[in-house]
Amino acid sequence: MQQPALFEYVLRMADDSLILGQRLGEWCGHGPILEEDIAMTNISLDLIGQAISLYDLAAELEGGGKTHDDLAFLRFENQYKNVLLVEQPNGDFAMTMLRQFFFDAFRKPLYEALCKSPITQLAAIAEKSLKETRYHLKHSSEWVIRMGDGTEESHQRAQAAIDHLWRYTAELFYEDTIDEQLQAQQQVPVLKEIQAAWMETVKAVLSEATLVLPTNNWKFEGGRQGRHSEHMGYLLAELQYMQRAYPDMQW
Amino acid sequence: MTLAEQEKRFQEKIDNEIKIEPNDWMPDAYRQTLIRQISQHAHSEVVGMLPEGNWITRAPNLRRKAVLLAKVQDEAGHGLYLYSATETLGADREQTIDDLHSGKAKYSSIFNYPALTWADIGAIGWLVDGAAIMNQVALCRTSYGPYARAMVKICKEESFHQRQGYESLMVLCNGTPQQKAMAQDALNRFWWPALMMFGPNDAESTHSEQSINWKIKRFTNDELRQSFVDATVPQAEILGLTIPDPNLKWNEERGHYDFSEINWDEFWQVVKGNGPCNKERIEARVKAKQNGLWVREAANAYAKKRAMKKSA
Amino acid sequence: MSNTEWPLWEVFIRSKQGLNHKHVGSLRAPDATLALENARDVYTRRSEGISIWVVESSNIHATDIDEVAEFFEPSDTKIYRHPTFYEVPEGVKHM
Repeated sequence: MQQPALFEYVLRMADDSLILGQRLGEWCGHGPILEEDIAMTNISLDLIGQAISLYDLAAELEGGGKTHDDLAFLRFENQYKNVLLVEQPNGDFAMTMLRQFFFDAFRKPLYEALCKSPITQLAAIAEKSLKETRYHLKHSSEWVIRMGDGTEESHQRAQAAIDHLWRYTAELFYEDTIDEQLQAQQQVPVLKEIQAAWMETVKAVLSEATLVLPTNNWKFEGGRQGRHSEHMGYLLAELQYMQRAYPDMQW
Repeated sequence: MTLAEQEKRFQEKIDNEIKIEPNDWMPDAYRQTLIRQISQHAHSEVVGMLPEGNWITRAPNLRRKAVLLAKVQDEAGHGLYLYSATETLGADREQTIDDLHSGKAKYSSIFNYPALTWADIGAIGWLVDGAAIMNQVALCRTSYGPYARAMVKICKEESFHQRQGYESLMVLCNGTPQQKAMAQDALNRFWWPALMMFGPNDAESTHSEQSINWKIKRFTNDELRQSFVDATVPQAEILGLTIPDPNLKWNEERGHYDFSEINWDEFWQVVKGNGPCNKERIEARVKAKQNGLWVREAANAYAKKRAMKKSA
Repeated sequence: MSNTEWPLWEVFIRSKQGLNHKHVGSLRAPDATLALENARDVYTRRSEGISIWVVESSNIHATDIDEVAEFFEPSDTKIYRHPTFYEVPEGVKHM
């Protein structure tokens, strides 16, 4: 492999997209109203599209002749490097939308920065994905605001979702030697800057939604190192079912 | 104008192929027939999301996953177009949906059959969407304007649905023996329910004749069913699959395929609610509505607050 | 309308620059912002538009079906409003 750090970096992004897309796909046919069912599926489709582009790039960087499907379906749980946030179960609509909002608010500044990356393929993916992500963030923000400033019940549900998901948000900005290496070459942004942008968005939207940031700052991480929550195994059992039950076939 | 005169003028319009629009005078029975038929159609789209939706998380590769998501999403859109068409007739969407949940309104029985394997997803696209398209193409010229326009849009969008199903089965049929067996098994299970989609025989169909006079329907159930069989048999041959009907035979004289009688007992049982998945399908829809209640309420409350702030 | 049912909106889409917005259908949404987003997801999944208008259906005023005759028939006889009403000798150009 020519660029192991970059491979790992792209893989992490691809896994984030795939796993969140998979989770959103679970809503299809079960949304709170048809219009929103369609909206969530659109976001899921965007994320799966992004995953395909990112896995293609990762496969190319790895240079082993793998396809995006090999990477998406044929790894063991500890080889998936997505953050814990995206694998968390859908819960109610508030949990799903808050999870989406925290992720979108992270992805938007990340893509904005990656548009300027000297890695042209990554910059191209970022540019295309940025348009999609801007829309996702707009949509999830609007729902956070409506839930927060809607009824008493919706406010409680939204706040409960924030309180629950907050522990998974720090991992969005997890950095290790992979990031440091690429940052040193100015190929990818420093996540501290992304975090500042993220915090600004979160604060602005939650404030408009009359919701509050949790005071508990206890944080979980592990996904980026392949150490996942118990939910991940079940998610992969479904995701990989066909490839595992019928190995080496075309579909 | 007397009622008789209005009815006469209405029928003249129909006979002259002039579309009926929402505010036009129409016989009450015409309105009721349309509400019943269009809402049934809408319910079928929405309930139809469930068997396929089952396989979104298990689709075998990313391309198929995206295609399936896009297809099931289209069905939500089609349900929505059709509910909108019923609303132009004065039927409230929420009430219409409640009728589905209470069992008062029906939907296509095909969706009460389970999707058990990945091949079923291909079979549903090929056969179920194929049968639906047969019906829907005919409905593009239906006499009620909003219904006809919704159907035109739906037919345009659905043209990929059947093709993706057929393509997916093609891959299985050219794959391993295990895959081909999976495809054959799916055909075995979905063939008869697909034929049932066209409804009872013309002699048994209570609404057919009047609907034809009103040009709501352009072809009878049996005519459409025959067209479907005639179109589908050669497609099965190309796949190398066997249609599970020993009596299926080309009839030179009629210029059509002959086929066995449908098991009408099974048909009526499933219509009455005794199909393998009737209960689960309605339960899933009721649950979605109930779980969404607070979401819809919240958005309304927020809109009201905003409107008040604006006017204050 | 129940507490949980959203109002109905009519959707108009400009398919490309230079064309009018055209009515494409309706949907339900709690407010204009979400009506636009829902319209985007429901009616432009296949690149059907570059601009969307939404109008709450209750804000649309329509001609009465019983007044069709007095509204529209009087113009049917004003054929002099159409260029084909006038005869121009052959050979006259640019007219």
